[in-house]
Amino acid sequence: MTLTAERPTNAGPAIDAIAEAIAAAEPQPAVPPEDEVKNRDLVLIWYSGDLEKTWASLILATTAAASGINTRIFITFWGLQVFVKDEVRITGETWMQKMLSFMQRPGISHRKLSKMNFLGLGPWMMGVLSKKYGVAKPKELLEAAQALGVEFMPCQMTMDMFGLKREDMIDGLGEPVGAATVIELLNNGAASLFI
Amino acid sequence: MDTLETTALEIGTTVDARGLSCPMPIVRTAQAIKTVASGALIEILATDPGSLKDFTAWCRSTGNELVEQTVDGPVYRFVIRRK
Repeated sequence: MTLTAERPTNAGPAIDAIAEAIAAAEPQPAVPPEDEVKNRDLVLIWYSGDLEKTWASLILATTAAASGINTRIFITFWGLQVFVKDEVRITGETWMQKMLSFMQRPGISHRKLSKMNFLGLGPWMMGVLSKKYGVAKPKELLEAAQALGVEFMPCQMTMDMFGLKREDMIDGLGEPVGAATVIELLNNGAASLFI
Repeated sequence: MDTLETTALEIGTTVDARGLSCPMPIVRTAQAIKTVASGALIEILATDPGSLKDFTAWCRSTGNELVEQTVDGPVYRFVIRRK
């Protein structure tokens, strides 16, 4: 850096010019405009297929999107079963893949509680209570999430392993991706939840 | 409680979230605020006690301005100005 102390209009001491140059060279603290809100992106790594986790995840995702936060959901393992169309009963090609979907019915309206499921009595009671207390059902929250622009990224590897096809899945999901896509988002500073 | 001040102001749209639990009052508000112009006011009616803290937080996250919040029995009323 070159300092020029010559100022034709002012014959003051050269030290003024040096002080000015130093002040100009010092990094100024970045002051964002007052009305500017800078939100971090949010990534949900959605691994579970349980009813209560489906519910809680969708509440957080819709609220984040409603708060202007760029929200993405990476759907993997049992989480993918939540995003199979309700009317699809058996998925997969091989007998093992078919057995998995037979043992655990896919679709957002067929989720089981991880505790106190009691052959469907638990989820039924949750349904009655949610209605009484004005709590939106998972399916309703999913529609809200999609309307608010939440991005859904199915895991390619799990889709292959479970034999899930694009036509088995609900509309509006993004392209299937792998772990590297999620890791890049996290590396870029997105807040994350593993559910 | 005096709501005369904002009832006299221009309310662009009203969100009736009475009877709805978290997160629907916020979700409905986020959708409704997009329908009014920047600087316009929207009014939200809610019965969820959590909404008292939630709307303050939501306004901080989104940069919209919480102009007024009042309580009338079980009903909370919020007036928010779109940024």
